[in-house]
Amino acid sequence: MTVSAYLILASILFTIGAVTVLVRRNAIIVFMGIELMLNAANLAFLTFSRMWGDLTGQLAAFFVMVVAAAEVVVGLAIIVSLFRTRRTVSVDDENLMRH
Amino acid sequence: MTENLVLAAAEVTPAASAAWLVIAIPLVSAGILLLAGRLADKWGHLLGVAASAASCVVACWVFFAMLAQPAAERAQDVVLGTWIAGGSFTLDLGLQIDQLSMAFVLLVTFVGTLIHIYSIAYMEHDPDRRRFFAYLNLFVAAMLTLVMADSYLVLFVGWEGVGLASYLLIGFWNYRTEYAVAAKKAFIANRVGDVGMLIAMMIMFSQFHTLSFSGVFAAAAHASPATLTLIGLALLLAACGKSAQFPLQSWLGDAMAGPTPVSALIHAATMVTAGVYLVVRSGPIFEHTANARLAVLIVGAITLLYGAIVGCAKDDMKKALAASTMSQIGYMMLAAGLGPVGGIFAIMHLLTHGFFKAGLFLGAGSVMHAMSDQVDMRRFGALDKFMRVTWLTMMAGWLAILGIPPFAGFFSKDKIIEQAFVPPDGQPWQAWVFGLVAMLGAGITAFYMSRLFFMVFQGKARWTDGQHPHESPPLMTVPMIILSLGSIGLGLVLTLVKFDEYLAPALVEGHHGEPVLNQYVIMGSTLALVVIGAWIAWVKFGTKTAVVPVLPPAADGLVRAARADLYQDTLNNALLVVPGQALVRGTTEVDEKVVDGAVRGIGALFQSIGSVVSRLQNGYVRSYAATMLAGVILLVAIVLAVQG
Repeated sequence: MTVSAYLILASILFTIGAVTVLVRRNAIIVFMGIELMLNAANLAFLTFSRMWGDLTGQLAAFFVMVVAAAEVVVGLAIIVSLFRTRRTVSVDDENLMRH
Repeated sequence: MTENLVLAAAEVTPAASAAWLVIAIPLVSAGILLLAGRLADKWGHLLGVAASAASCVVACWVFFAMLAQPAAERAQDVVLGTWIAGGSFTLDLGLQIDQLSMAFVLLVTFVGTLIHIYSIAYMEHDPDRRRFFAYLNLFVAAMLTLVMADSYLVLFVGWEGVGLASYLLIGFWNYRTEYAVAAKKAFIANRVGDVGMLIAMMIMFSQFHTLSFSGVFAAAAHASPATLTLIGLALLLAACGKSAQFPLQSWLGDAMAGPTPVSALIHAATMVTAGVYLVVRSGPIFEHTANARLAVLIVGAITLLYGAIVGCAKDDMKKALAASTMSQIGYMMLAAGLGPVGGIFAIMHLLTHGFFKAGLFLGAGSVMHAMSDQVDMRRFGALDKFMRVTWLTMMAGWLAILGIPPFAGFFSKDKIIEQAFVPPDGQPWQAWVFGLVAMLGAGITAFYMSRLFFMVFQGKARWTDGQHPHESPPLMTVPMIILSLGSIGLGLVLTLVKFDEYLAPALVEGHHGEPVLNQYVIMGSTLALVVIGAWIAWVKFGTKTAVVPVLPPAADGLVRAARADLYQDTLNNALLVVPGQALVRGTTEVDEKVVDGAVRGIGALFQSIGSVVSRLQNGYVRSYAATMLAGVILLVAIVLAVQG
């Protein structure tokens, strides 16, 4: 297995995540897309860490996971309270702050 | 500072160190009356009178304590504290107690108290009588500050204070638009004079680095003539504004819009003489500049003729008296311009004028009181039988202003005329010009004052319907009687007590010159002119057969010009008001179009940019995400391109 295979996988995962964020309306799915992009980045970190024999990349991956966990807590809380007040989780309907 | 205070207090007499009370009492009273509002309506006038009377009592105490001192030690500078301490410049807040200031203080407090008493009855039916007394007290305090100041800056505080009080009192009935306009006119004309005062102070400050009288006068002895002439002319401008002298005299006639006691106190006896005080007080400056003195003489001579001519044509009793005030102050200015000796007679005439003109105005107020506020002299006549006291007191004032011996005006005005005939700087033409002008003025004065007196009291009754003339209550007549006693005897008394020797130490030393004519010739011709003027008036207006039309008859150009104040208002309008308004309108236009336009344009620019950009904020989260993604891709592409 070469490095490029891992990187290609990471790119594919990132693209799927980005497209999910751009095209889906359901806030939960959008959120999952974001997680997918974060994990794609993690995979790239690990790959390069392995390639260079340097633990810094793995360290970065751990930071990303911690931040992602915190972000999930906050993000889900926002989505839940949005649903409670507006009875919908469609991101297109949350447009109160438009011009 | 404390040390200074102790030192200064040790030098001055106890009476002089209490002199600040003279100012403080009416000031506090004015504050109470204004702050207490309607609560003080019941007793406000009593407090006002009491404050003025108390001030007069303290003034008398200070005066007699000063008289007890030997003549050389009478002048005292009472330092109350440091007012301004700015680096190398310090200015003390102090009072100058000397012969000149005390003469004024006694005049202001004594005549002021009489007029306060008169006002109780005169303003009885006015709902705002308390406010009136508050302003009167404020005026008295400011006027006393003006005359007791020991520096030009403290004087300026009083100077502005009397201007404010004058404005408030002229516009006392400001619900009448023309009265409010008259008040504004007086205020603005005074501001022009104040500019002169400020310029004078700025020159003094930049050249002498001090504003105290003692400092400035000491420095004036070594200053260049050009500087002194500039200061003198600026001071003259200030005096012209305050004392209604040519060319700033137009406000005084309109100032008669104020209640009559105000006209008597402020616009006859005291405030309008502040300019004369300023010129006499600044004698050490004028002494060294013949040019500025000549300017004072010219202004005085023009104004004394101007006022006299205007006075001949006025049918409004109060405006005729205002013109007369202008003319009499012209005499004082003329005398003040003649140097220290003339200055003494200027102050003497100022004191006698303060009595007889205040008496005449109070008499006029009494006549208005009796005739339902009528002021048109063509509608009076034959009032002597109905108002004996007013008639007699006004007669005393009338004879005093005519200068008939032994009435007060004779001793002061005649001396001024005689002094005008003394060549001021060894130039006989000046003596002839100013002497003859002063003499001619006396003749015209006799005509218009007799015209006023006869039109009001003699001849046939020309009253409007429903008039029931009656004598005024004692509260009004008693002050009039006291003032008339002053009109009768003050000149003689001042001469007998040697007022000139009393006042001389307060002024620079002067030398008595010889008039170009024998003094008895001058006296005789002046009296002859006065009698001729009065006789013409008697024939035209006084006899029982004299016909005085109730409407002003058509007249030749000079009379029409005099009725219109010799077109001074028209001239001011054309020269100053119209261009001024055009300038203001132009400036406003430029401000709105150019300055405001630029500011508003910048605002509009950013607003339109904002409205274009804000369209991106469409509320679709996914479009924001797409923008971010595009941005990231762009950034990555740039980084790659730069590195590659």
